[in-house]
Amino acid sequence: MAASVIRRLNAYALTFRLPIIIWQAIFFIGPLFFMIAMSFFLVKNYRMVEAFEFKNWDKMLSRNYVWDSYWYTLGLAALSSAVASLVAFPAAFALAYRSSESVRRWAIFLLIIPFFTSYLVRTFSWYVILAESGVINAGLGYIGLGPYTMLNTMFGTIIGYMTLTLPLVVILQTVSLASVDRSLIQASQNLGCPPWRTIFAVILPAAKTGLIVAALFAFILSFGDFVAPYYLGGSKPPTLPILIIDTTKAGQQWPRAAVVAVIMMVTLFVVAFTAIMLAYRKRGSK
Amino acid sequence: MTKGTSGETLALTKRTLLQTSAAAVLSAPFVNRAWADTIELNILGWYGTAESDMVGAFEEANNVKFVPKYYAGGDNMLAALAQNPPGTFDIIHTDAEYAKLLIANELVMELNPDDYPMDDLLHEDFTKFAGHWDEDGNLFSLISRFGHLGVSYNKDALSEKEASSYNSFWMPKVKGKVGHFDWHLPSLGQMSLLTGNANPFDIDDDAWEAVQEKTMSLKPQVGGYFDFGGTFAGLKNGEMLAMCGIGDWVTGILERDGAPVSSVVPEEGGIQWTESYSIVKTSKKKDMALKYLAYTMSPEGQVKTAQMLGYPGHCVTGAGRALLQKEDEAEAKRSGQIKGHKNEPIALIDDGRISYRDIPVQQDLEDWNDFWSEYKNA
Repeated sequence: MAASVIRRLNAYALTFRLPIIIWQAIFFIGPLFFMIAMSFFLVKNYRMVEAFEFKNWDKMLSRNYVWDSYWYTLGLAALSSAVASLVAFPAAFALAYRSSESVRRWAIFLLIIPFFTSYLVRTFSWYVILAESGVINAGLGYIGLGPYTMLNTMFGTIIGYMTLTLPLVVILQTVSLASVDRSLIQASQNLGCPPWRTIFAVILPAAKTGLIVAALFAFILSFGDFVAPYYLGGSKPPTLPILIIDTTKAGQQWPRAAVVAVIMMVTLFVVAFTAIMLAYRKRGSK
Repeated sequence: MTKGTSGETLALTKRTLLQTSAAAVLSAPFVNRAWADTIELNILGWYGTAESDMVGAFEEANNVKFVPKYYAGGDNMLAALAQNPPGTFDIIHTDAEYAKLLIANELVMELNPDDYPMDDLLHEDFTKFAGHWDEDGNLFSLISRFGHLGVSYNKDALSEKEASSYNSFWMPKVKGKVGHFDWHLPSLGQMSLLTGNANPFDIDDDAWEAVQEKTMSLKPQVGGYFDFGGTFAGLKNGEMLAMCGIGDWVTGILERDGAPVSSVVPEEGGIQWTESYSIVKTSKKKDMALKYLAYTMSPEGQVKTAQMLGYPGHCVTGAGRALLQKEDEAEAKRSGQIKGHKNEPIALIDDGRISYRDIPVQQDLEDWNDFWSEYKNA
């Protein structure tokens, strides 16, 4: 009797779990394996030929520019993640603790709205703002400053990354901060904790999981983004997603592009795994 | 009951509903036939080649509908061919250096040169253009238009005289404002011309070394590497004051819009892009595709290729150029397609100032691309 109940429960659970398992198998695991296999293929006469050779790995791993791109992309994504987290925190804090329920709801709605428009369009709109003849430099010109070069620089790339990640990070941080047990905050205040110490000793540890997940999302999105470093950073120097495009543009080297993609996937797995470990690590555990 | 605009009352009875439905069902085969008569021609080409300004008149006259798949860069064209099943495309519009790969891989059908006004081509080189014919002298790809790459510049920052040398890219006043079209072939070809190679793509290893060294020295001047959109935006908003690897095919569009930009073939020489049409061997609409190829070589078709909104090019036939001068004198003048004009493209070829773009002859394409990636990362 008990066994049949368990079986029925499993079937019930499976009904809900199966679609996501099938989805992941078809659209993630399958393509991932194909990409790994493709990294061993060869290109002959501009056409991919099935093979199992390490030539592409040898070639890509021995090139300095690949490693230059790798470290640059990694650093840029880490910087983006840090900047997004820091810039988002005051806004999220205000929404979580200093705003009414309706203001918070409206703010989250407004933060979602940018996702209704194409990211590419939003990126191109920065041209009008950041160009030397753009809005910011025009404003600075009135007070005798500038013009400053902002497009085709690392600053431009980070602005692009913020366009992509900041709304999401604010939303995740807001939800995370709003979920912190208020009695803990009140207790720290009652015990005479100054506000900054309440933030660092109570709120941040309590909201740690959400804050790390938000930063992780910013990292993942920035690490794989092609648009911002290409259109606002001027591909100078190129990041790994740009290197993938460059590789495919020259002689149909999709297998070599697959090598770069696998390197990116492995990096993201390591970063995500480490972040999740940190996020869910209990206080005092080793 | 509903009321018509004229005020009369329309009754939607069971009978009228049945009558209307019956009429719709009976007329369906005729509608179907009308649709079926429209031939769809699938074209794989650079942006603009199947837009209404280019193919609209032909579509209307022949009950044809063009279905485009656009690409940027010959490698992407080859990728699109490899990724789609045979028979997907009927016509391929590409550059000469990639047309020869289509021919080598036996992907396109042979054409009959007698079907086209080959004796009216503006330059002798065009009649047997390298890459369009196979080794046995058979035609496979039909020349349609061409253009020249040189120094593209902002007229407020550089004078035409200053821009008349690739050395202008190293001028202090354009530091950080030199852009590259992000494709290694045209930019490195131009550096090869600057280092004194008469045939910029057929160079030995020493010359290739010199090209790399010269290119690397440009790095401090470079403001970015751009695709179509970035190149247009960079030149238009003045972020880039000089561009390497492009020509009138970009600045011509901006010039038409009144932007203070232009292109010049510098004293070291320019590089020619040469576009052509081929018909895919597996196409089931070869007759209509052949008809379109003939149209592109007609005077009307040639004028449309010169005026193409996507990006301008030069006519390849005398009759086409004559009609362009008659119908759009301003564009003919702007693009130098008038005899005696200082930038007359055919005279530039005759003067030996133009090299035809090609893929590297003595090095692997991947060597050039590797260097391009190193350069971008330097």
